[in-house]
Amino acid sequence: MSLLSVGDLHVHLGESHILQGISFDVAEGGVTALLGRNGVGKTTTLRALMGLVAGAGTIELDGVQLSGKPTHKIVRLGVGYVPEDRDVFAGLTVDENLRLAERDSEPRYELVYELFPELKERGKQAAGTLSGGQQQMVAIARALLNDNRVLLVDEPTKGLAPLLVTEVARVLERVSELTTVLLVEQNLGVVARVARDAVVLDTGRVVHIGPAKELLADRPMVHRMLGVGSAAAA
Amino acid sequence: MSTFVLLSITGLGLGAMYFLIASGLSLIYGLMGVLNFAHGAFLTVGAYAMWFTESKLGGVPLLPRFLLGAIAGLAVGGVFAALVELFLIRPLYRRHIEQVLVTVGLALATVALVTAIWGNDARTVAAPGWLGRTTTVVGAHIPNDRWVEIVTALVVLLALNAFLRRTRYGLIIRAGVENRSMVTALGIDVRRAFTLVFALGGIAAAIAGVLSNVYFGTIDPQRGTSLLIFAFIVVVIGGLGSLRGTAASAVVVGLVQQYANYYASSGLGDLSVVLLLGIVLLARPRGLSGSFA
Repeated sequence: MSLLSVGDLHVHLGESHILQGISFDVAEGGVTALLGRNGVGKTTTLRALMGLVAGAGTIELDGVQLSGKPTHKIVRLGVGYVPEDRDVFAGLTVDENLRLAERDSEPRYELVYELFPELKERGKQAAGTLSGGQQQMVAIARALLNDNRVLLVDEPTKGLAPLLVTEVARVLERVSELTTVLLVEQNLGVVARVARDAVVLDTGRVVHIGPAKELLADRPMVHRMLGVGSAAAA
Repeated sequence: MSTFVLLSITGLGLGAMYFLIASGLSLIYGLMGVLNFAHGAFLTVGAYAMWFTESKLGGVPLLPRFLLGAIAGLAVGGVFAALVELFLIRPLYRRHIEQVLVTVGLALATVALVTAIWGNDARTVAAPGWLGRTTTVVGAHIPNDRWVEIVTALVVLLALNAFLRRTRYGLIIRAGVENRSMVTALGIDVRRAFTLVFALGGIAAAIAGVLSNVYFGTIDPQRGTSLLIFAFIVVVIGGLGSLRGTAASAVVVGLVQQYANYYASSGLGDLSVVLLLGIVLLARPRGLSGSFA
């Protein structure tokens, strides 16, 4: 059953026609991976879903139209966002970053500290002084504090050491048991571990929709669509 | 020695007024990216509201009349600023050129309107007698209103700091100064914070207007415009968006202006402030606090 439905979505940024009428569905529960080479519009897709860039087309969350709504209202309908490059508030402490994200009457601090015990110890530390991996924990934790219907997660392993990539993958697996995730990810090892479905973009268009495992098992297709060697998908 | 003390306290008093105007200007730019050329109008409107209220309370003793006038000035300044944000700035969100044109237009229109109603001549503002007397410190006879200006600015600085550090709206504003889009992506309607910052900035500017009535003893339609120029310099030197940088910069600008006027030549104070701005921008393009710019 489809939870998030995107129909004929177009986005122009300046003179560039970034998204050229993409359509896809995200099924309820589990992880759907949004894949593609660099610059094909993956991040723009998430930003358009969040209302952070203007788009034309339809975006529905469980039958409720999101397109045209301001970002804060989209979020209040149950859409959580973990942006590329984390975007933690560097001058605020870890505690303040989390407090700012509180939306529900009972924010899920137990879950957050179960997944990221380090954040409890570093509560008084300025987020700008954290390592990249710790900042990623803050970014994911902010989205997990509230009971979202769907989480949009943009390249959570970008720039992280291999050990931390494994840790993020473990967290994504746990998160996918709680909510639906639309994941933009370049690391196909992580995709293979966590994703059930895959949507592939190329130059602003959807070129493939199907089970993630089938896609990743088809090495010539992976090479053709994602431009990576078969070893990456292993 | 007494001259130096007098100049220093007077410079701090002037710096206090600059801080009161510049604090709102700095927060508005930091959060919203709006260069608010109408900020001086908030001061003018607040100052005239104070004078007007006072003039209508003829039978009331001077101290309560002065305090009621000051409260009216602050209320009118805050409401006026909030209305400006709601009806003029909000429709032009992210259209920076149009925002500049509108705020410049509003500044000019406010001066024209005030002049049309009350004339271009300076009006005398009544203040309690104590404010007009002096207190002797290290041989220097310091006008008492300077103390009130300094203490008021300190109270406003502490209050704003407490608001920014200890309240949820303060948290939203601090985060919004860093990354406004991400604040909205956490489900927060940042526009409410915009209105609040404008209202707070308007109240602080109106306080400066009330204090300038006491400092100068009169009120005239150009008051906001003339003080706004120095407030902009203070904000740029301090670092756009930084309250502490603005406070430090206001003190430096007020003191430099006073010292230059006395020790160099009368009238060189303004020039020295502009020179200071140039030096700071060359040495630290992002201002003393290193924020924005």
